[in-house]
Amino acid sequence: MTLAIYIFVPLVILGITYAVVHGLTVRGPFIQHHFDDDVHQFDSGKLGIWLFLGQEVLFFSALFVAYIIYRHNHPEVFAYAHQYLDVKMGAINTGVLILSSLTAAWAVRAAQLGQKKLLIGLIIVTLLCAFGFLVIKYFEYEHKAHVGTVFGKRFVPHEAPDGRPIHQPDATPGKTEGGAPAPKEPVNTVGGTKAQPAPGAAPGTPAPGTQPVVPEDPSALRGEPASTATGVGVLPALEAQKRAGVKIDTHASALPPPNTGMFFTIYFAMTGLHGIHVLAGIFVFIWLLIRACRGHFGPRYYGPVDFAALYWHLVDLIWIFLFPLLYLIH
Amino acid sequence: MAAPTQHSASAAHAHEDAHAHEGEHGHDDHGHGHGGIGHVLPLKVLFGTWGTLMVLTVLTVTVRSIDLGANINLMIAMLIATVKATLVCLYFMHLRYDNRFHSIVFMSAILLALLFVSFTLMDSTQYQTDAIWGKDDLSPLPY
Amino acid sequence: MSTAAHTPNAPHADAGAEPEPSYLVNKRGLRSWLYTLDHKRIGVMYLIGITLSFLLGGAFALLLRLELFSPGAQLWTENQYNQLFTLHGAVMVFLVIIPGLPAALGNFALPLQLGAPDVAFPRLNLFSFYLWCAGASLLLLSLIVNAADTGWTFYTPYSTTTGTAVVPAVGGAFVLGFSSIFTGLNFITTIHKFKPKGMTWFRMPLNLWGIYSTALLQVLATPVLGITLLLLLTERILNIGIFDPALGGDPVLFQHFFWFYSHPAVYIMILPAMAVMSDLITTFSHKHIFGYRFIAYSSIGLAALSFLVWGHHMFVSGQSKLAGMVFSALTFTVAIPSAIKVFNWVATLYKADITLKTPMLYALSFILLFTIGGLTGIFLGALNVDVHLHDTYFVVAHFHYVMMGSALIAFLGALHYWYPKMFGRMFNERVGQVCAIFVFIGFNVTFLPQFVMGARGMARRYFDYDPEFTLYHRISTIGALFMGITLVVSFGNLVWSLFKGPKAPRNPWGGTTLEWQAPSPPPLYNFYANEQPVLYDIYDYDDLVYDEKEGGYVRLPGKKDPPTESHEP
Repeated sequence: MTLAIYIFVPLVILGITYAVVHGLTVRGPFIQHHFDDDVHQFDSGKLGIWLFLGQEVLFFSALFVAYIIYRHNHPEVFAYAHQYLDVKMGAINTGVLILSSLTAAWAVRAAQLGQKKLLIGLIIVTLLCAFGFLVIKYFEYEHKAHVGTVFGKRFVPHEAPDGRPIHQPDATPGKTEGGAPAPKEPVNTVGGTKAQPAPGAAPGTPAPGTQPVVPEDPSALRGEPASTATGVGVLPALEAQKRAGVKIDTHASALPPPNTGMFFTIYFAMTGLHGIHVLAGIFVFIWLLIRACRGHFGPRYYGPVDFAALYWHLVDLIWIFLFPLLYLIH
Repeated sequence: MAAPTQHSASAAHAHEDAHAHEGEHGHDDHGHGHGGIGHVLPLKVLFGTWGTLMVLTVLTVTVRSIDLGANINLMIAMLIATVKATLVCLYFMHLRYDNRFHSIVFMSAILLALLFVSFTLMDSTQYQTDAIWGKDDLSPLPY
Repeated sequence: MSTAAHTPNAPHADAGAEPEPSYLVNKRGLRSWLYTLDHKRIGVMYLIGITLSFLLGGAFALLLRLELFSPGAQLWTENQYNQLFTLHGAVMVFLVIIPGLPAALGNFALPLQLGAPDVAFPRLNLFSFYLWCAGASLLLLSLIVNAADTGWTFYTPYSTTTGTAVVPAVGGAFVLGFSSIFTGLNFITTIHKFKPKGMTWFRMPLNLWGIYSTALLQVLATPVLGITLLLLLTERILNIGIFDPALGGDPVLFQHFFWFYSHPAVYIMILPAMAVMSDLITTFSHKHIFGYRFIAYSSIGLAALSFLVWGHHMFVSGQSKLAGMVFSALTFTVAIPSAIKVFNWVATLYKADITLKTPMLYALSFILLFTIGGLTGIFLGALNVDVHLHDTYFVVAHFHYVMMGSALIAFLGALHYWYPKMFGRMFNERVGQVCAIFVFIGFNVTFLPQFVMGARGMARRYFDYDPEFTLYHRISTIGALFMGITLVVSFGNLVWSLFKGPKAPRNPWGGTTLEWQAPSPPPLYNFYANEQPVLYDIYDYDDLVYDEKEGGYVRLPGKKDPPTESHEP
């Protein structure tokens, strides 16, 4: 985690510095020598940015694939875990992004019509929306870290979605409510932390009245590769429950079904990558703001505004899908 | 030796992808007279799109609380999201007025993503049952 | 750019009074290279980097082959062996073959063939190059720290659990992916927006069709590699569990993700090779290409099909029966466009006036080796045969025939083809020819035995083997050493020619594409301002004759007018 921060913070500082320095120093003429004229340059840039957006779609596609596969195979995890997400926050963020999309599109219009002051104002509003989005996102993340609904192994919720506390079993075996031996703590083989006592592999204890979770294949719990190359030999606890005919309770006060951490893995991967794109958008709009203040844009040269806006709309597009997929699971 | 019909290779590159907006009519406050490049979106369209998007957002949140079965609810949510995305593409991103090749690029990226999803999902639903989870009915070899 | 009046085409008329210095010397000093936006200089810098990586990857290969000279431990421990083949694979795939033809030679040739002054986004082009440098450094950082031992495919769950330095290697591949994406994006835009007047899609050189399809793949497939490696990194650093079965994750999903890129990546490697072949074969046959449209369409067809067959890498690694059958059936369709190309090349050679110069020798080796590589691919595409041949040396031989025997041989052919244009010097033809033949021989000695031992059950990536395979391994090792020496000599020949080679004429081979109308080496904006290129029918060789005094080909004045609008190839 600290490693990520060490990489992340300098990158953010670098991005902002570059945007500011470049914005302050870039000089005309803005038609590059190898283009026939401004139309040629604009058209080339536009095709370039559309190709870039095409690759962005595919960049995100793998996460959507992962989402669909895991949701298809573990619907109960998604039905349960999404209750941890705050629909209100998600909806507000959707509104914020759509508003920023409007101002970005409007900024293009302002640049096309040479309305400098309006352009500056709209870029500022777009930037404020982007910051607002990230701030709301930060509070959501913060809350998740606080409650313990984090990805993968770190998924150790202290409370159920409806706010009732969950008592995590202590590490001593044989002391869990359900009477089943507590599963062994998964060994983190890659040097992560062992600090959290509860396993994600077979998290929590079964709700009263349900069958205890009996992990059949210990290797699955130890995080060993087992014979996963052929897929044989991994039998998650969930399947044991399913076979025993247990209906998994996805009500908000129930205990999390096995592998609930997977939902948060996907949640953090998707919103995290999206957040990084928002951050990159902020750098670009800071750069645009400086250039707009210097009066670079006009009816014959507004490519950067248009391309940045296109990128920003794509970021919005992805959120338009993320919001119902993550927050609005029925 | 220089026939007058010879044309230079690099002078004036053919803009074969002509501006799509040249043939685009129908909006009264089009900024064609602005002397600039490209299509100017009328404010009416901008705010209309934005309003629709906001309404759809509210709709998708409210529809969620009506229980129509998990699958139908998911379908409705996805349908609304797709409509919203289409609106953003067509108007905010100018695709409706833009060179058609840009739409082709974008759509082919989305099609490839769908292809990616469908093949992987097809495989995953199969091996999840016959290779990974269902230990009992696992055939000795995959083939 | 200049819109000055264009003087009539006179390729060798004003050789005495060169108005502009060549791109190599128009500015001097290291800074002028590091900050350059000139596509030719960027291409040359790529070329240097890629050649060095190629020699490094080749050295890894030889170290592997030496280990396998006899059964039992020879030079390395098991772990070092694993690290070596990982590095060999990663360096060759990510640093050499993928950027080799498109980024190095494509960068040089693409704008020239379009008669354009530069690529569409010169700054992005330079940025791609620096991304390549960064990625290469990261990959090699892994070598210094504790080289990864996962194989170049970084399969989970091993790659998330091994103690070696996977993170820098994966990070390097991630960065290299973006270098590739930006190059592809640049090239597509360049081809769309910089085609000269009169050059319609079906009057483009076939090389451009190949580069175009490659670039499509680079833009549409590589991002999936990016996200896959990013997930692998987060899995490894933060344990997010997405590929970890213990947390409900799915390691087979990693393979889907990985091959959704990496199968198209095979075509990122082979399509530009095929593209260059079409140009080489017609140029040295001095004959119009046979079936232009078919070759053009088959490039696009291969690019499209390459997205549909990724599962054939996973037949025996966890994929379901149904997917296996679907992917196997789709895999066979790839044979169609590939065969179309081969047949058209052979038909072009038929009754042609063939000059067996160095690039042509490489081109002929390409046809032979690619045919073998392609046909053995059909074996592997068949489900039941693949169960037997999977992860054996048969696979190793198959993809080396395609990767090295086709893609790298094409790279060498193209390098020799454009070398006079790049540096304005002719290499020693005799040495070049001998090297081309020796590379062909050495290659077959190395890899043909591998088909045999693979079919007999020699598993790939093994450090040790049963004594019954000793003979095959020895032949293979000797062939590899032979090929290694030949390759060093052929690069030596090229370097020698930089200093001692005779001055190259404008058109040493008799090519008809526009770059041969430019001076060798070209000036900054590729063509003299007062001497813009003239578009004749690409692949019409009738007007070109060899001129002793010039040492190259010149166009007969006035014999034929440039093509009229109605012309279709």
